[in-house]
Amino acid sequence: MANGASDAAHHAHDHKPTGLGRWLYSTNHKDIGTMYIVLSIIAAVVGGAMSGMIRLELAEPGIQYIEDFQFYNVLVTAHGFIMVFFVVMPGLIGGFGNWIVPLMIGAPDMAFPRMNNISFWLLAAALVLMVMAGLTGSGPGTGWTVYPPLSNADFHSDAAVDFGILSLHLAGASSVLGAINFITTILNMRATGMTLHRMPLFVWSILVTAFLLLLAIPVLAGALTMLLTDRNFGTAFFSPEGGGDPILWQHLFWFFGHPEVYIMVLPAFGVISQIVSTFSRKPVFGYLGMAYAMIAIGFIGFIVWAHHMNAVGLDVNTRAYFVAATMVIAVPTGVKIFSWIATMWGGSLRFDTPMLWALGFIFLFVVGGVTGVVLANAGADMAFHDTYYVVAHFHYVLSIAAVFAMFAGFYYWIGKMSGRQYPEGLGKLHFWITFIGVNVMFFPQHFLGMAGMPRRIPDYPDAYAGWNMVSSIGAAITMVGTLLFFIVLFRTLGAGRKVEANPWGEGATTLEWAVPSPAPFHTHEDTPNVEAQPAE
Amino acid sequence: MASEATKKHPWHMVEPSPWPAVGSAGAFIMAVGGIWYMHEGPIYGFLAGLAVVLYCMYGWWRDVVREAESGADHTAPVQHGLRMGMVLFIASEVMFFVAFFWAYFNSSVPFLSFVAHETWPPEGIVPLDTWGLPFLNTLILLTSGATVTWAHHAVKANDRGKFILGLGLTVALGFIFIGLQAYEYAHAAFGIKDGIYPSTFYLATGFHGFHVFVGACFLTVCFFRAKAGHFKPEQHIGFEAAAWYWHFVDVVWLFLFCWIYWWGSFGYAG
Repeated sequence: MANGASDAAHHAHDHKPTGLGRWLYSTNHKDIGTMYIVLSIIAAVVGGAMSGMIRLELAEPGIQYIEDFQFYNVLVTAHGFIMVFFVVMPGLIGGFGNWIVPLMIGAPDMAFPRMNNISFWLLAAALVLMVMAGLTGSGPGTGWTVYPPLSNADFHSDAAVDFGILSLHLAGASSVLGAINFITTILNMRATGMTLHRMPLFVWSILVTAFLLLLAIPVLAGALTMLLTDRNFGTAFFSPEGGGDPILWQHLFWFFGHPEVYIMVLPAFGVISQIVSTFSRKPVFGYLGMAYAMIAIGFIGFIVWAHHMNAVGLDVNTRAYFVAATMVIAVPTGVKIFSWIATMWGGSLRFDTPMLWALGFIFLFVVGGVTGVVLANAGADMAFHDTYYVVAHFHYVLSIAAVFAMFAGFYYWIGKMSGRQYPEGLGKLHFWITFIGVNVMFFPQHFLGMAGMPRRIPDYPDAYAGWNMVSSIGAAITMVGTLLFFIVLFRTLGAGRKVEANPWGEGATTLEWAVPSPAPFHTHEDTPNVEAQPAE
Repeated sequence: MASEATKKHPWHMVEPSPWPAVGSAGAFIMAVGGIWYMHEGPIYGFLAGLAVVLYCMYGWWRDVVREAESGADHTAPVQHGLRMGMVLFIASEVMFFVAFFWAYFNSSVPFLSFVAHETWPPEGIVPLDTWGLPFLNTLILLTSGATVTWAHHAVKANDRGKFILGLGLTVALGFIFIGLQAYEYAHAAFGIKDGIYPSTFYLATGFHGFHVFVGACFLTVCFFRAKAGHFKPEQHIGFEAAAWYWHFVDVVWLFLFCWIYWWGSFGYAG
């Protein structure tokens, strides 16, 4: 099998493997990418249901449904973990990265196809562990940041937090192996003539993301290990009575956690760059600037972590540095936003569904970006810290902007992946309902936060009732949009129009549009030559 | 591959393989078993998971070795990718140790945090004698770094006898190091539950010791492969990866020795 010892196995290579083994034993980047996308959708339903429960509880003042406040904390925690580690990351990186990066660079597969598969199956195991965490004892009510002392054995004595820790260990191993795979694939396996400076921006985005994963995740692994030994083996890393320091956890966590937010949003930048260029029928404006802006964002992302800790009592010089460094990120981010706009400027614009989602992304990311600049001020953050303003901010940039990029990518590439095109009208309806829903849901949360409503609390004073009801109505609208997505998905796969190799016309210049739709099991068996092609 | 004759690219199209699924299942069992053990359960679940993981490692790397020795799969560009993968893996390992050094400096360098101790080691901790066993261990690891480089030169010069000897010496030194580390642990004046100093000491040196063990096992496999006639002067990635890993472990030790054993005992009044 593995070394091709038998002739039978040789033939298996030429044909698609069948049955369960095709998926369980897969060494094919497209199949593994598909599994990631399916996992991402399943996890999104679970994590989305949790947010639905949160919004139901918060719709009115007083306690509606959730009498057990620890359970509310568990909902908040699990919602965060699932959305970050099991929806956005597998969707954008594992799913689209796997499917599209080898196609775009002209490689027949990933560099380490077996390792690619263990990346996926470790993540599946991690998801099961995370669900077990929620079902064990009183569940992990720590928030996704797992701060001690709340997360230590005194306050979470059952095994729930341990399940969470081990889940993140497996998810982290999955990510590090995936990162090694992407970097090696991208640096080593590009088509003839595709220099780094001619790589599509989506590939650039995955490359930068992979470096962030490679360097940030192991620090989280170290911190989680310390928490595990603090909880179970009597070490004192985070307990002051043993000379340890709870703030150490926050440093280690956010040294991972801040790059993590770019890990989620950089691939989204990549997707959006491809789509904006395609539907403007123009190359991306300032291609090199766009690539290096992502590198700059990735690099600065590593040196701003303590802006998450403005309220814990760091000294004023430390905070001054982190404020300044954080604001610097607005520069490369501005390069991206303005370059997308300049790409559209003077282009022959087409507003197909993927382009609508991409424009939605740009709008949402700008809103979340400017509130980010507000929060970057350590002084202002003393007031905003732990309020719904922060919730609104990071849901704009991550949850909804990143999810919009996932939907944009879905509509952009579903024809390539399935061979069938989505229904255009339903796709646009899905966009508009979701766009209205998420804004109705999250925009009022800015007002709630500015009025001082704290996050992660299931009840609130009557003064906050109005906007909370509006927000919950927005959640209901979004849920309708999500149902529509499943209708689109089934209509596409079941009755979608058969689609040609390149349904988008002259604007779509990257290599994935040069192979048939659906992309055959093996592609680029003859290394393409892009010598003659202009840089993007 | 059947398509070998017609294959128009240099890349290795790996056949479907059961090992990733087996390994993930093993990791899952290990996690659940480990949690069970930590909450007053027996250790069998963890050990069962470990056995599955080890079985996966055996099967997976056996396949990789066969592919390497088949001569067809590991073309020059594929070898380049394998080297790149190993370097990236080591980079991620470096960041893992960064976390533990961070914890160490956070509590020992006063301006880094509010809890950092005025005196380090903290009062009541009797550190190990830097120039006793720890220094001997430093010499042993540095020597092993030299022997593994000697082995590397030998394999390049196609001198199998010296190659095997160099590998054997390196492995022996590695296991002697681990034995001395175990002796040191058994005779240390502080236990893991005695506060932040032992916490950072045991986790940092413990994870390093585990990495030495892994590296020594990696080199042991290379030793037996060398005896079986594997590795060529121009293609010996498996050995190269083991040697790089060994040097990485070596460098981590130098940091541990300088900062934890040596600098970390400056404040000890005796």
